[in-house]
Amino acid sequence: MPLLDIENITIKFGGLTAVSDFSISMEENDLFGLIGPNGAGKTTVFNMLTGVYAPTSGKIVFNGESIQGIQPHQITKKKISRTFQNIRLMKNLSVMDNIKVSYAYQAHYSLVSSIFRLPSYFRQEEEIEKKSLDLLKIFGLLELKNEKACNLPYGQQRRLEIARALATQPKLLLLDEPAAGMNPQETQNLMDLIQWIRREFKIAILLIEHDMKLVMGVCENIVVLDYGKIIAQGPPDEIKTNKKVIEAYLGEEAADA
Amino acid sequence: MKSYIKRGVIFLAASLVVFCVLFVLIQTDVINAYYSQILMVICINIILALSTNLIINYTGQLTLGHSAFMAIGAYASAFIQMNTGLPFFLSLLCGSVVAAVFGFLIGLPTLRLKGDYLAITTLGFCQIVVVAIQNIDALGGAQGLAGIPPKTTFAWVFFSMIATIAILYNIVHANQGRAMISVREDEIAAEAMGIDTTRYKIMSFTTGAFFAGYAGGLYAFLMMFIDPNSFNFLKSIDFVIYVVLGGTGGFVGCIASTSILTLLPEVLRFLGDLRMVIYPLLLIVIMILRVKNIRVTSFLRRKSGAAKPKERGEDHAAA
Amino acid sequence: MSLIEFLQQLINGVSLGSVYALIALGYTMVYGIIGLINFAHCDIYMVGAYIGFFVATYARLPFIPALLIAMLGSALLGVVIERVAYKPLRRTTNINLLITAIGVSLLLENGFNAMFGGNPRTYPGDILKQQTVMFGPIRSDALHLIILGISLLLLVLLNLFVNHTKMGRAMRATSLDKDAAALMGINVNTTISMTFAIGSALAGAAGMLVAILYSSLDPYMGMMPGIKSFVAAVLGGIGLIPGAFVGGIILGVVETFMAAINSKIAGAVAFVILIVILIIKPTGLLGKAVKEKV
Repeated sequence: MPLLDIENITIKFGGLTAVSDFSISMEENDLFGLIGPNGAGKTTVFNMLTGVYAPTSGKIVFNGESIQGIQPHQITKKKISRTFQNIRLMKNLSVMDNIKVSYAYQAHYSLVSSIFRLPSYFRQEEEIEKKSLDLLKIFGLLELKNEKACNLPYGQQRRLEIARALATQPKLLLLDEPAAGMNPQETQNLMDLIQWIRREFKIAILLIEHDMKLVMGVCENIVVLDYGKIIAQGPPDEIKTNKKVIEAYLGEEAADA
Repeated sequence: MKSYIKRGVIFLAASLVVFCVLFVLIQTDVINAYYSQILMVICINIILALSTNLIINYTGQLTLGHSAFMAIGAYASAFIQMNTGLPFFLSLLCGSVVAAVFGFLIGLPTLRLKGDYLAITTLGFCQIVVVAIQNIDALGGAQGLAGIPPKTTFAWVFFSMIATIAILYNIVHANQGRAMISVREDEIAAEAMGIDTTRYKIMSFTTGAFFAGYAGGLYAFLMMFIDPNSFNFLKSIDFVIYVVLGGTGGFVGCIASTSILTLLPEVLRFLGDLRMVIYPLLLIVIMILRVKNIRVTSFLRRKSGAAKPKERGEDHAAA
Repeated sequence: MSLIEFLQQLINGVSLGSVYALIALGYTMVYGIIGLINFAHCDIYMVGAYIGFFVATYARLPFIPALLIAMLGSALLGVVIERVAYKPLRRTTNINLLITAIGVSLLLENGFNAMFGGNPRTYPGDILKQQTVMFGPIRSDALHLIILGISLLLLVLLNLFVNHTKMGRAMRATSLDKDAAALMGINVNTTISMTFAIGSALAGAAGMLVAILYSSLDPYMGMMPGIKSFVAAVLGGIGLIPGAFVGGIILGVVETFMAAINSKIAGAVAFVILIVILIIKPTGLLGKAVKEKV
């Protein structure tokens, strides 16, 4: 059974069909890329997967459970996590607290326990503290742990956002344009990081990216979206030479030439 | 854990010292009956301001109807005490629970609304509560409820305030508090991190309502008379002013601004009618200066620390 | 309630509603352009009533000139308030602006109270004659009809102004995006001032009309109509001029009928409607939902 099975999801906003008949299937530990011109509906696919939008029709099955139409926070609990195209960190919180927020749903001590500082509070807080420090260490953000998130340089903010998403302990990680605004060196580091995360955490990753070097470099399977429809799917080498893809990106004449 | 216990002990010790000093001053009439009454109102207002602070500053939900919960708590605890003769503290708790239940029921549908929509809805709810109480004869209707026994003493309000500070501090510096703050920071990101934002909004609102109800009870048994109109939305706006002028700096700023702003009208009393003009004028000037980055808040904070030693103890604990 | 009574109440309700609409417009325009619940707006309404009162009583001016002067004075006050108190805070959070607006509101109320005393005053009796008008069996008060007529006239004028003049277009553009409007050569400061001027003039007119209708004015007269008008604006969909109109009329009619049934709870009706509508349709009757882009 595949980890993620999307069957013919379609979403309409008023009269506009943003995504139609989108179907993919991912196994555990797969690394897929989702590409396409601006406005093709890539982020909308993410939003449907994470419960921000409910698909008008179709089915999303994750880990053997149907998940379409449930709340975003419930989806996170089903072990799908994401980053955002326009970084959405808790800007006024410290780097450490940003990570701790992600552990919030996994802590199970009650309000009473917080108020009276019962042993369960101290036990679990200690655990969260330790896990957060470990994660920050892995991501090389340990020295910055008391820095406000908004004071971090751009590349570090992206890293923090990925770390935060991993803190929710997902089985599927969705990365929305992780390399946007990065220079070539940073992109290279990011490629290494993505591959490393996949190995180390043994999770599946689906990423949206415009940087073809990154997509072709790390993804083993690429899905191309244009005007809300899948126009091609396959390994990087196939996609590179696919006529429809070239057409979508460069126009018809270029494809013919 | 160790550092927490250490801070807790320091906080408790400091509050005990402050209490003893104030208590002796009151007993020896250095602080006369008039000023000790004001002191008690300050403590009650601090409970109200901190509970508003939890909703506005920590959870980021603008409420203009907090005084409704104060009214519910005041009426419920007074009514229960006068009709059943329940012990003072138990009737206060009953009042708070009633207020919290209302907070929960109101929060459930309205907290879906955002920003100014939520503000105006809570304001509307506040006015509905006022009109409702005016129409309930058993509660004295528009004439108000008189004959409430004077049970609130300085020790009660002071230690209630200390307990409120401690409890709210513990909530804010725990998992629940982090979740509330994440709602304030970015609701969409919080949801994506698995936080049930609705749940924490309601938790914050209900907790706030609970303490507002408790403070309302203290207020009722202090004043011995309550009337519905004194709890209208203008009262809620007072709390919002305390919170906003306190800044986002957490508990200390909020406590300082509440103390100063409660005291201010009394200090300005010599101006007669003009004080009602000076107060809003000061408010406007402070708001403009504050935004212009003049360090009025830090100045005010220093000043309050010198004028009222009480806050210093809390400084340590809340810092 | 007979049909005739019903129609009479309906006229009164629409007339009251048109006053709410006049005030609501100021709220909605200001909200649309700087995102502020202008708490001081209801006090501009009060000041308008006072200005009209003074020129009608001491200068013995007749109704129309007095109304125009009241509108002009209110407009001026609105612009001054914006320039002095709100402009320095324009780039900060809403809540700072809101507190400042509350400060201005208290200042005006308490200031007028200190200057002119809290006792209600009345307009000279001859400014508009109380008389009854009959439409067949339906009896109506001429004042209600005059108020309705003037309100409708002002609403039509406003609509023409916003939709068919250059300044109106500038206002619409500024409310959509201040920075983009500025880049397109719109003077944002002038446009915001103009918005305050128009909104305040309408509130001033409403204040004077209501003060004549109830033959009473006092420094705190604006508070409840102000809040209710804001409710009307939210009801219709805040930021939308037709929304303010629709919300105002609905509120006026419902409140008038409720007052006829049980006057004690009429004061809360506005808020009950508000909460019910917002829970069903959080953006107000005419508002469109704008989803935050993720």
